[in-house]
Amino acid sequence: MKIAVCIKQVPTREWQPRLNDQKTWIREADISYEMNEPDAYALEEALRLRERHGGEVVVCSAGPARVQTVIREALARGADRAIHVEHDRLGAADAFVIAEALAAAMKDEAFDLVLTGLQSDDQGHGQTGVILAERLGIPSSTIIMDVRIEGSSMRVKRELEGGWFQWLAMPLPALLTIQSGINQLRYATLKGIMAAKKKEIQKASLPDGLQPSQQVVGLAVPTRSKQTQMITGSPADAAKELVRRLRDEARAL
Amino acid sequence: MILVIAEQREGKLNRATWEAVAAAQQLAGGAPISVAVLGASTGGLGQELAAASVAAVLVAENAALEPYTPDAYAAAASTLIESVKPAYVLLPHTYQTRDFAPLLAARIRKPLVTDVTGINGTGADATFTRPMFQGKLAAQVKPQAGPPAIITVQIGAFRADAVQKGGAAAVKKVDLQIDPSAIRQKPEAPFREAKQAVDLGQAERIVSVGRGIKSQENIALAEKLATAMGAEIAASRPICDNGWLPMERQIGSSGQTVAPKLYVALGISGAIQHLVGMKGSRTIVAINKDAEAPIFEVADYGIVGDLFEIAPALITELEKS
Repeated sequence: MKIAVCIKQVPTREWQPRLNDQKTWIREADISYEMNEPDAYALEEALRLRERHGGEVVVCSAGPARVQTVIREALARGADRAIHVEHDRLGAADAFVIAEALAAAMKDEAFDLVLTGLQSDDQGHGQTGVILAERLGIPSSTIIMDVRIEGSSMRVKRELEGGWFQWLAMPLPALLTIQSGINQLRYATLKGIMAAKKKEIQKASLPDGLQPSQQVVGLAVPTRSKQTQMITGSPADAAKELVRRLRDEARAL
Repeated sequence: MILVIAEQREGKLNRATWEAVAAAQQLAGGAPISVAVLGASTGGLGQELAAASVAAVLVAENAALEPYTPDAYAAAASTLIESVKPAYVLLPHTYQTRDFAPLLAARIRKPLVTDVTGINGTGADATFTRPMFQGKLAAQVKPQAGPPAIITVQIGAFRADAVQKGGAAAVKKVDLQIDPSAIRQKPEAPFREAKQAVDLGQAERIVSVGRGIKSQENIALAEKLATAMGAEIAASRPICDNGWLPMERQIGSSGQTVAPKLYVALGISGAIQHLVGMKGSRTIVAINKDAEAPIFEVADYGIVGDLFEIAPALITELEKS
């Protein structure tokens, strides 16, 4: 099986946002990055499918030169090779542009299965995978919690709201967006890290003329909808004050 | 014209549909609105929707729409858009629209703005507020290359009870051609995994833990706090994904929705998927080391600090009396 996994590099969860002077995007200078978490689960699922059914896992990522760090990490965890669509404008690009960029680089590979996370922890559009499927001319299903390959088709378990699930059958090739928690992640071994250095990262260029589908005209720290009473002091003092207020003000204890 | 696509399952409207209608009324600024309901057989849903002050209700029935598949829904919605020619298409942001709205947008090559929490202005000049970076920032977004622009609105962001009623909307049938052989997903019946042994919906108080708890061993601390408060223990998704607490104790869009008297969020940053499951709680306490964590936006009381210091202090304080 030839499996592609699309991964994105995003700011770490600990990152505190700082805006550029125009307040239209973040200040990229002082960010540390990591692999988008749902994509890490998609990668793990791809590696497990390869262990069961054979074949290869190809990591695909669209972004500036910095995304090589997460590509190397994916190779160290066990992916076989990578395709990197490299361009500076891809760092802040929307889902349409990313999907078109990936589609152009991936279409001649004829993958049997394409996996990616259900959404990114940065822009969070939750669209890239499905748009990519349409551009590759293959069916998609989203928010997937189990994948069973059965010959030239598969059965997948889709998560619905409120604890409900549903199995569906789909032909291959197809694209799935993977939900976090579908499996237990593995981490790179020292051997994997050494092996990754020799693995191929194929560069692809961004197709000309891609137009964004939406423009960010302003970015701000969200306004509070509630008047939160902040309780300060030493842990003991804060605990005492909180318990008092929960008893006397909120009558919740 | 603004087109709202209603969401229904087994003949029942998803309540979030009314929130999308409220958003449409705000965005329209007086321009006409049509609401479409899709399905194999939609029964009285058309009449139910006609209670809103809208220009028309479109009933689009086709056997291929049951059960739901993204291929059939994207095909139906693109046909509707072609005939109505709306400036905007509004839908609630649900698991179902997350599945087919991007497919629809890709197919008709129009912009899709997801998870919208606010609308600024009306008509063609409108911009849309949506969370980015896990809710740490709110972006103002302007769709490019519409019309139409497709907009999905976050559950709870617009009030269903704010829908202007009292319209005399005509309910019209719309013909849809859907080629059943073009539907590539073959769904089976939905099911529930575990018997819900714990009904957190009935709990008066809940102590809920998030990533800040750091390791499985530390869950015991949260359980001790829950006992001292007379509360049930619950968690955000990553904790259950790691197997530190069973899935049935998960709060959020993929778990249970709760509204207890007291909800204590311990080391939970407050991703929107979690917030939708608990923001209706009467009193919310947030304890987190990060003062900028989105959980503080919904909290009544907040303590910024180390939960490993604050939780033991709380237990001591509660056990005093």
